[in-house]
Amino acid sequence: MAIDIDKCTGCMACSIACQAENNVSFRPDESNKLRSITWLEMYYLQNGKQNSDYRFAWLPRPCMQCNSPHHSPCTFVCPVNATVRDEETGIVDHIVPRCIGCRYCMVACPYHARDFNWWDPAWPKPMELMLSPKVSTRMRGVVEKCSFCHHRLNDARAKAFLDGVEMNQVSYTPACAEACPSKAITFGNLADPHSEVAKLAKDQRAFRLLSKLNTEPKVYYLSSHQWIHELANSQL
Amino acid sequence: MDKALIPEGLRRSPFPVFALWLLVLFALIGWGIYAGAVVLLKALNVTGLNDYFGFGFYITIDLAIIALGAGAFFSGFLFYGMSRFFPSLKELHKIINLAVVVGFVCYTGALAVLLLEIGQPLRGWFGYWHANVHSMLTEVIFCISCYAIVLVIEFVPIVLENRKLSAIKPLNVFGHSLHEVMAVFALLGTFLSFFHQGSLGGVAGVLFGRPFAYRTGFFIWPWTFFLFILSAIASGPAFTGLICRVIEKVSRKQLVDRSVYELLAKIVGSLLTLYIILKIIDTLYWALDLAPSFGFKLSDFYREPYGMWLLFTEIVICGVIPAAILMVPQGRQRNGLVFGAFFLTCTGVVINRFVMTVQALAVPVMPFDSWQVYIPTMYEVAPGVAMLAYCALVISLAYRYLPMFPREKELNP
Repeated sequence: MAIDIDKCTGCMACSIACQAENNVSFRPDESNKLRSITWLEMYYLQNGKQNSDYRFAWLPRPCMQCNSPHHSPCTFVCPVNATVRDEETGIVDHIVPRCIGCRYCMVACPYHARDFNWWDPAWPKPMELMLSPKVSTRMRGVVEKCSFCHHRLNDARAKAFLDGVEMNQVSYTPACAEACPSKAITFGNLADPHSEVAKLAKDQRAFRLLSKLNTEPKVYYLSSHQWIHELANSQL
Repeated sequence: MDKALIPEGLRRSPFPVFALWLLVLFALIGWGIYAGAVVLLKALNVTGLNDYFGFGFYITIDLAIIALGAGAFFSGFLFYGMSRFFPSLKELHKIINLAVVVGFVCYTGALAVLLLEIGQPLRGWFGYWHANVHSMLTEVIFCISCYAIVLVIEFVPIVLENRKLSAIKPLNVFGHSLHEVMAVFALLGTFLSFFHQGSLGGVAGVLFGRPFAYRTGFFIWPWTFFLFILSAIASGPAFTGLICRVIEKVSRKQLVDRSVYELLAKIVGSLLTLYIILKIIDTLYWALDLAPSFGFKLSDFYREPYGMWLLFTEIVICGVIPAAILMVPQGRQRNGLVFGAFFLTCTGVVINRFVMTVQALAVPVMPFDSWQVYIPTMYEVAPGVAMLAYCALVISLAYRYLPMFPREKELNP
């Protein structure tokens, strides 16, 4: 995935689309943001200067689907193999019915991309009817995270099977990329050097969050502003 | 009222006084059970944990109590395994029963609290069924539960020494047979315990996304693996010694010879010195080399309330000072200094476990993230207090009804 920060307006359509697509639950009182479940969090960045020098930007943060050698930071710590990286697709998945809720994966993730279900999930009455049947709701006491809309990949594969298309030829778009009005989010196969996302990843404006940690995120950000590049990898 | 159960020839406090003490302990345990039941029924939202602090009070107290309970395996290792080569270690025979009981309560108590810590307690067995061999937590789960079973096996013969139980012949024979093979279990426990004390350190050390906790290491084990083992085997005997001293003070009796404390002081002093030297080297390497390679300065890791004072207290006040006291013969000869040093050693290991659990998470990794402070709620503190009360309860019952100290009769004619 590549996210062009210079194009992002901060409208949060990506986050809302993600919430609706993946049946992410919410509480009547969401004042404690450290317990909100947000698969795609929106961060407000600012350059720390004053008056006319002041600049700000928005940074949408899905799961980075880390590609570090052998294991992602979260996958090798899970004691029950509930979170695993599919080496074929590169997607880091979380098997909710297997999760014991030890939260070790949350502790391991430097991006805070994982959320815990502190309560039983609940939706206001009419909204229950609008839940997607393609994504299981999560029970209390388990961790959940962005899956790059893995169910859409499964749908695309099912269609490819029926159409007689090669499985590794399928493409799909996650809900966040689909919803972005300014087309700031580009999704595709990074392993394919001819894909748009692979070209963007090699762009001079491209950078990754916390690249010094060697987590090898598969989400690339793009910006022509140096202060954003520095902020993404500098110390506190 | 309970004279028939008290070991022959030993004096214990009147039963009403003991019952009153038990009542206090039961009240605390009841409070903890209530809080634990609320956590299980209402879920972890009643705690102070959140998406930032996935680990908190439960894990800290578990890590700390398991380290302090290491006296059981390490005393067993020294007594059963090393005393053949170093006869002076045979002195540990006088305190080995207490070490086993302390280890037993620490581990079983920690397991009970661990049940509250996981969001889906009914899936706790998945740890054995879907085990991920790469996870340090898997190693912890397997070793702790295996070692808890070993501790039960070690505790049973002590229980069977009770006056009434030993009068039953089959039990007596069973108890003595277990005694015969105890060395095997002690050495098995040593193997398991060495591993899981280390893997508890590995839990923090392998987090390469968390520069505060992450360490490089040897093969698959980060340096914290070895530091946790060393700090546990240094503080475990100190904790056993402290408990023994507390029982002596409360019962107003001498229970072990002074030479036992001197031996413990030598063991704790040597191990603590080695540990603190390695810890200082590790801290310097982390502060000057590892953290800067991730773009962090040492000062980035410390901010109030988790300030530099924690680092200073852990390493200097609770490390260098007690090590210096215990390494000097004059220091080992004065009770005040010995037990003060033991107390500081135990405090140091608790601070270390807190720092590696809570402070490691308070430090923001993303530059635009913020510092957070973790405050546990009553639902976390109460089970912790109950666990300590449970430890006190089992130790009290064991002291009253079992011949824990082989020299007690001679020392208190």
